[in-house]
Amino acid sequence: MSLRNAAYIAGAFEHPTRLAPDKTTPQLHAECAAGALADAGLSIEDVDGYFCATDAPGFGPISMVDYLGLRVRHTDSTEMGGCTYIQHVAHAAEAIAAGKCKVALITLAGRPRSENVMRFRPGAPEQAFEQWIGLTNHTSYGMCAVRHMHEFGTTSEQLAWIKVAASHHAQHNEHAMLPKVVSVEDVLESPMIADPLHRLDCCVTTDGGGALVVVAPEIAKTLNRPLIALRGAGEATKGPSGGLGLDLTVSAAARSGPAAFAEAGVTPADIKYASIYDSFTITVLIQLEDLGFCAKGEGGKFVADGNLISGTGKLPFNTDGGGLCNNHPMFRGGITKVIEAVRQLRGEAHPAVQVPNCDLAVATGIGGSLGARHGAATVILERQS
Amino acid sequence: MSDRKLPAPQPNAETETFWDAASNGVLKIKRCGDCNQAHYYPRAICPHCGSAKTEWIDTAGNGEIYSVSVMRRGEGAPFAVAYVTLDEGPAMLTNIVADDFDSLAIGQRVEVVFTPTEDGAPPVPMFTPRGG
Ligand SMILES: [Zn+2]
Repeated sequence: MSLRNAAYIAGAFEHPTRLAPDKTTPQLHAECAAGALADAGLSIEDVDGYFCATDAPGFGPISMVDYLGLRVRHTDSTEMGGCTYIQHVAHAAEAIAAGKCKVALITLAGRPRSENVMRFRPGAPEQAFEQWIGLTNHTSYGMCAVRHMHEFGTTSEQLAWIKVAASHHAQHNEHAMLPKVVSVEDVLESPMIADPLHRLDCCVTTDGGGALVVVAPEIAKTLNRPLIALRGAGEATKGPSGGLGLDLTVSAAARSGPAAFAEAGVTPADIKYASIYDSFTITVLIQLEDLGFCAKGEGGKFVADGNLISGTGKLPFNTDGGGLCNNHPMFRGGITKVIEAVRQLRGEAHPAVQVPNCDLAVATGIGGSLGARHGAATVILERQS
Repeated sequence: MSDRKLPAPQPNAETETFWDAASNGVLKIKRCGDCNQAHYYPRAICPHCGSAKTEWIDTAGNGEIYSVSVMRRGEGAPFAVAYVTLDEGPAMLTNIVADDFDSLAIGQRVEVVFTPTEDGAPPVPMFTPRGG
C-alpha cells in the first residue's frame, strides 16, 4: 500500500500568539483545533480521528478528546519530538487508508515562555550515563556543526546565511517573533552560545501552537479548498547505536527523505518550496544534504549567498521565517513546517515570498537531539486540480 | 574545571557493575560474545546483534575526541561536551575537563578522569587531554 493520494490536508492553522500568559495549554490546543477546522470548512462534529503528542497536557488523547468534546474512532499519540506533527500527517493518512477515520485532527500547543514545561521524561535507559553531562540542544547540535566543519570545511559564515534567508522572509510575517532582517555579520557578532553556534544560529522560543486537518480523498473533494495531497512520506530514527560508526554529519533524514521521495515518485529537483526544520542553522544544512538537494558536504556552498531566499535563490525555504525567526511553539517546529508548505501550495503565502506556480513542496523535520538520539519525518505534498 | 552540580547516577541491575568499577577508577564497557563487538552505554542485550551473551571488559581509559562543543552560557558554563572514541571501539558522550577549552580539538588524545558527584554516589567518567 502506498500513501500517495491516500489523504489530503484540508485545514491548517498557526496560532498567532507568541506569548500567552493568560491562556492555558489545553485552551491553545482548542483554539488551534477550531482554527484548522474553520480553515477546512469542517466542524468539530466531523472529526473522527485525533492525533496529539506529549505537548498535550494530561493523559494524551484520553484527556484531550474529552476536553475538546470530540467523538472519535481513532487516536494516535506517536511521539517523535519536534517533527512529530509531520509524522502525524503520514500516520493520519495511514489511518484513513485503513478505513479507521476520515477526518483526522492534529494539534500542538504549549507555553514554554509562560510556564515551566517538562521537555524530557525521566527513566530513559541512557539517563545515568548522560544526565550529568549537561548536554543541551546547543551543545548537541554544536557538536554536529563542529564535526561538519572538520570534515567538509563548512564555515560559520555559510551557516549564518540560513538565518539571513529566514530573516528576509520573516520581515513579511506580521506575527514573526523576530521580524528584523539580519546580515551574516549580525549572526557572527551575536554572542557564542555553544561552539560554533551563536545566538542567531538558534531558533526562537515561543508560546503558541498549530493544528492540521487531514481528510479522506472523498471528503477533500467536497470542500471548497485547494486540494493538497500527501504524495509521499518517510520516517526514521537514529542514535549513537552503542557507540560504533558514529557520524554526526548525517541525520535520520538521510532515510526519511529518500523514502518520501521514492513513494512520491519525484526528486529534489522537482521541489518548488521546502519547509526544513530549523531548530538551529546546522539542522537545515544537514537535512538539505540528507534529502539530496546537494551532496553530503556541499551544504555550506548550497545555502550561501541567499540561495534559500524566495525570489532570488534556487530553493525557497521557510517562507514564514521558520523557527529561526517566526515561531517554534513548545520547542516543536514540525507543525509550522507543514502549515507554511500548505500556504505555499494554496498560493496563500505572503505575496512577497509566495513561490510562483508552487505545486510540489517538501516538509521535513528532526525531533529530539541531533547529536544524540533523534527522529526524522518527511512529507511530500502536492497541489492537485 | 566547572562548578556544575553533577546529578548522581542511579545504578540499576543492568549497570551496577559499571558504577562499582567507576568507584574503583576503572572504565568498563561491554563486549558481545556472539558478534564480538563492543558497546557503550552498557546493556544486558547486545544492541548490535541482540545476543544476551554480553560480557564486561576493562578499558584502558584512553581515546580521542570525535567532536566537542563548549557551552558558553548558562549555569556552570563554560564546560565542554564531547564524544570520545575509546581505543576499544565505542564512542561515548562525556565531558572534557581542561584548563583551556579553546585548545580542545577533534582527534586530540584524552584519558578518563573519574569526577565525583554526590557523597556516597559513584563518580562519572569524564576525559582530559593526555599529559595535560
Ligand atoms: Zn552482539
